Amino acid sequence: MSSSLTRTSRRTAGIWFDRSLRFGGGFAALLSVVLFSWLIWDLVRLGLPLLTWEFLIGGVEDAGRAGGVGPLLVSTIWILFCCLALVIPLGTGCALWLSEFVRRGSVVARLVTGSVDLLASVPSIVFGLFGMVFFGQIVGMGFSILSGGLTLACMILPILVRTTLTALESLPPDLRPASAALGLTRTTATVKILLPAALPGIVVGITLGIGRALSETAALIFTSGYSTRMPESFFDSGRALSVHIYDLALNVANGAPMASSSALVLLAFILVVNTAAVALSEHWLRRRQSFS
Amino acid sequence: MTSSRNTSLSRFVDRVTEGVLGLLALVSGGIVLLIVWHLFSGAWPAIEEGRLGSFFTDAKWQPGSQRDPQFGVVTMLAGSFLVTLLAVALALPVGLATAIFHRFYAPAFLERWNRRMMELLIGVPAVVFGFWGLMVIVPLIVRFAPETSGQSLLAGGIVLALMILPLIALTSQAALQSVPDAQMQAAAGLGLGRARTIWSVALPAARGGISTGVLLSLARAVGETMAVVLVCGNIPQMPGGLLDPIRPITSTIALEMGYATASHKALLFCAALVLVLFTALFVGWLSFRKNEVDPGTGGA
Repeated sequence: MSSSLTRTSRRTAGIWFDRSLRFGGGFAALLSVVLFSWLIWDLVRLGLPLLTWEFLIGGVEDAGRAGGVGPLLVSTIWILFCCLALVIPLGTGCALWLSEFVRRGSVVARLVTGSVDLLASVPSIVFGLFGMVFFGQIVGMGFSILSGGLTLACMILPILVRTTLTALESLPPDLRPASAALGLTRTTATVKILLPAALPGIVVGITLGIGRALSETAALIFTSGYSTRMPESFFDSGRALSVHIYDLALNVANGAPMASSSALVLLAFILVVNTAAVALSEHWLRRRQSFS
Repeated sequence: MTSSRNTSLSRFVDRVTEGVLGLLALVSGGIVLLIVWHLFSGAWPAIEEGRLGSFFTDAKWQPGSQRDPQFGVVTMLAGSFLVTLLAVALALPVGLATAIFHRFYAPAFLERWNRRMMELLIGVPAVVFGFWGLMVIVPLIVRFAPETSGQSLLAGGIVLALMILPLIALTSQAALQSVPDAQMQAAAGLGLGRARTIWSVALPAARGGISTGVLLSLARAVGETMAVVLVCGNIPQMPGGLLDPIRPITSTIALEMGYATASHKALLFCAALVLVLFTALFVGWLSFRKNEVDPGTGGA
């Protein structure tokens, strides 16, 4: 009698526990959706009315309170170009060497992977300091688009190395002996067989890196600088879009509306890049599954 | 004859390829050394003058003062530490509950849709979070506490919590998903209810993955600059409460590097060195653990 009573009450307690877990979890999920919709809604509400064609191509006027972001878009893209021009050969080369030319467990390989992982943990403001001293002063680039781009390249290098390594490691293992049996040299096998096969993974890594580079601010303040003029060469200082938002929010009174519309432009940029990364990786994943 | 020439030629080409790729790998691996070296040489003047002691013993941070220059970094270390702790304390319950809901309760379409949203939110720039915090969270705090400026430890904690929330939710969900079905079924077979199973079987089994996510977001929050510099008030003092302004280390570097000279500059490099050691310790600890989430794609 008494034991059946405790069993019933325990079962009721279990049901209530389940309900509260479901309710609490649902509430938390709803809370995060609401908070993030609030963020996006605020940016759209403030920024969208200002988002015109003139805004996208116009120059910065009155410290950013008027005009547009034309030169900043150009600077952002040029910074990105410098960044990719360094990081793609460096990152792919590093990953190829690690996966194809040294033994996995060897000391050198472990040292290189370890320090690349360590690089991923360095805070972005520290990259800014390093870029300012190394590229800016020691190499002598000063405040320039080139200096900012190279600093960003160091920052996103770990992403590219990691994704490329994963792509190379997930290739079918008989690809290597098969190309050796065909009499191909390791160079030919690497360039003509392995690299094209791993290309999807590399492209996803590059897009992830672009997303990260676009959203970076702290590393650019002391390297590519604040100049809002249209850049004429890679050695000019140029303000990236993210730095513009920071400057408007921190230093310019009544800069909020323009900061919102700049943030919208930046978000749209990043959204396109990240959606592309997700879509590409899912597309290639599906194709690989249908092959095997 | 030709074949042997071909072999030696191809061997030569292979050597060159290997050399070039090896060089690229060494450069990649060397960057972190280059960074530490330049931080160290930037910080050296301060270490040489023996200011490192005052770095930790001085009460205040007023490096520009002519009359009474002080170089105490403790208030800023405390600021970084507290704001990070607050952010994780706010984000962990919400993120974990979200993950549990998505893994065990939500219908598939909702889970899929929300996961997509979280994946995209990881890409939202920190400066956008900071700007929104300044525009929305700070005035909200002022409304409840009209005598303050609103730029405070609390504002920084909330904004950072929002930033790391998707990271915590996604890593926790992945960890919960990797708990073997057999364990869950065994628990159900023993007569445990669903909630009991989640609480006593799934969560303990996923503990490693969840804490890896928390550590990753800790590293990210400590190193964050843009979100905190906009909402924390930037006054280098020891906070007495949630509504007091603080100034984390990263903000100090971002705000003062532009005009700092001589020993002031060297001390900022010292601060950066401390920051790097701190996050390196986190990541070093992570790589010793078994349930590893790839730090390269997580974005530190």
